[in-house]
Amino acid sequence: MSTLETPSQTGRTEHGSSRVKRGLAEMLKGGVIMDVVNAEQAKIAEEAGAVAVMALERVPADIRSQGGVARMSDPDLIDGIIGAVSIPVMAKARIGHFVEAQVLQVLGVDYIDESEVLSPADYVNHIDKWKFQVPFVCGATNLGEALRRINEGAAMIRSKGEAGTGDVSEATKHIRKIKSEIAHLSSMSKDELYVAAKELQAPYDLVVEIAETGTLPVVLFTAGGVATPADAAMMMQLGADGVFVGSGIFKSGNPAERAAAIVKATTFFDDPTVVAEVSRGLGEAMVGINVSDVAAPHRLAERGW
Amino acid sequence: MSRHPTASQSVAGSHGTAPRVGVLALQGDFREHLRVLNSLGADAVPVRRPEEIDDIDGLVIPGGESSVMDKLSRAFGLAEPLRSAISGGLPVYGTCAGLIMLADGVLDAIAGQQTLGGLSISVRRNAFGNQLDSFETDLSVPALGDPPVHAVFIRAPVVESVGEGVTVLAQLDDARVVAVESRNLLGTAFHPEVTGDMRFHEYFLDKVRASR
Repeated sequence: MSTLETPSQTGRTEHGSSRVKRGLAEMLKGGVIMDVVNAEQAKIAEEAGAVAVMALERVPADIRSQGGVARMSDPDLIDGIIGAVSIPVMAKARIGHFVEAQVLQVLGVDYIDESEVLSPADYVNHIDKWKFQVPFVCGATNLGEALRRINEGAAMIRSKGEAGTGDVSEATKHIRKIKSEIAHLSSMSKDELYVAAKELQAPYDLVVEIAETGTLPVVLFTAGGVATPADAAMMMQLGADGVFVGSGIFKSGNPAERAAAIVKATTFFDDPTVVAEVSRGLGEAMVGINVSDVAAPHRLAERGW
Repeated sequence: MSRHPTASQSVAGSHGTAPRVGVLALQGDFREHLRVLNSLGADAVPVRRPEEIDDIDGLVIPGGESSVMDKLSRAFGLAEPLRSAISGGLPVYGTCAGLIMLADGVLDAIAGQQTLGGLSISVRRNAFGNQLDSFETDLSVPALGDPPVHAVFIRAPVVESVGEGVTVLAQLDDARVVAVESRNLLGTAFHPEVTGDMRFHEYFLDKVRASR
């Protein structure tokens, strides 16, 4: 499917390099990536101003309520979504399921989300993402987890939140945690970084790099529970580079308008006048469930380590 | 939010002040452009509102998703003032999505997508295919001399036809056009803002200074 016949310039053309993989995430910054389950929803998302769509078989709220094993989507469904829109298409593979990832790469998706929203396929190892030409985004609840994923080749990180709840509190917790751990590293003296790396359970070299630059080497989006324009704007004010919205759009009363409003609130996240204006008359937000009512074994954020 | 010149810059004197260059900050990698322009001595400021283009000497339109920039620029009343500014001679440099925004015509646009226009070219969105076809390469750009420019193409457009008054600055080996200029406008299908090679930005700042 993906041929490598793009033009060669003096024999130094390179596909699938870290710069090219991380680069696409750089271009998505300040944008909203929306979960869609079919081509129609993908069109609505594109028309509303999504910067990319995430193809999956069931939105997290349905996975949560229907239960069962959640897997990669049917290739026909992904093809249909790729054919329907011209913005980037992402798709989810199960944690550790490198064959689902191989399939998604062959289908020509633009990003793979190795996602805790699906049922893990390996409770020990994540996918070796360096082996792929297609870039990966992975979830993280804290800095150590983010750095382990980057060490495995993730080209983009999203804080996990608690998908399918419409409750933004976990998303808030995770983005705050990652940001504050980065700030803490930056304040440490060099000789403290050895122990910091041990405590974060993260590679020492990456820990040193974060301490020096004060930022992740890849783009950091946030996810899991964003349901309103104000939720999205809060994530941006907390330092996210952009926002994933899952069930929050297509489980609401007026998906097209809500989606467009969340896009605007993400761009003007620091202007409450705009956030107020776009929040008017959107109809019902997704009903949602409080994370505190979800028993710990059913919390998706605890998948992945 | 808007970054006005710091006190020390304002005191720098009326002659030789740094050019004030806006970077369209609706979506995309605008922070990278702000960083490059500031490091080259420009006074770079993010632009999201019509009033913010009144006092700029030039504008950069970053990489990102062109269909999103189009929607937001119209929804927040930026598109018309920007079109007037461009036809009035404001120097503008567009990278990737920015090149699409400057093109008079777009192929493979989403339904209803508009551009600001100004460059008499037509561009094709996602001309190389999906992300697996994104690449980096060395590109000969005679106007910038040696060495070649290391260019990063990410779901990039190409220029499919070039009208009057447009100069081609760079082509791939297969002759596809990936960098153009026309009087006050400059466009590249790739992203010099992510490589550390600042020659395109310097070239653009020369245009900005010449137009002041």
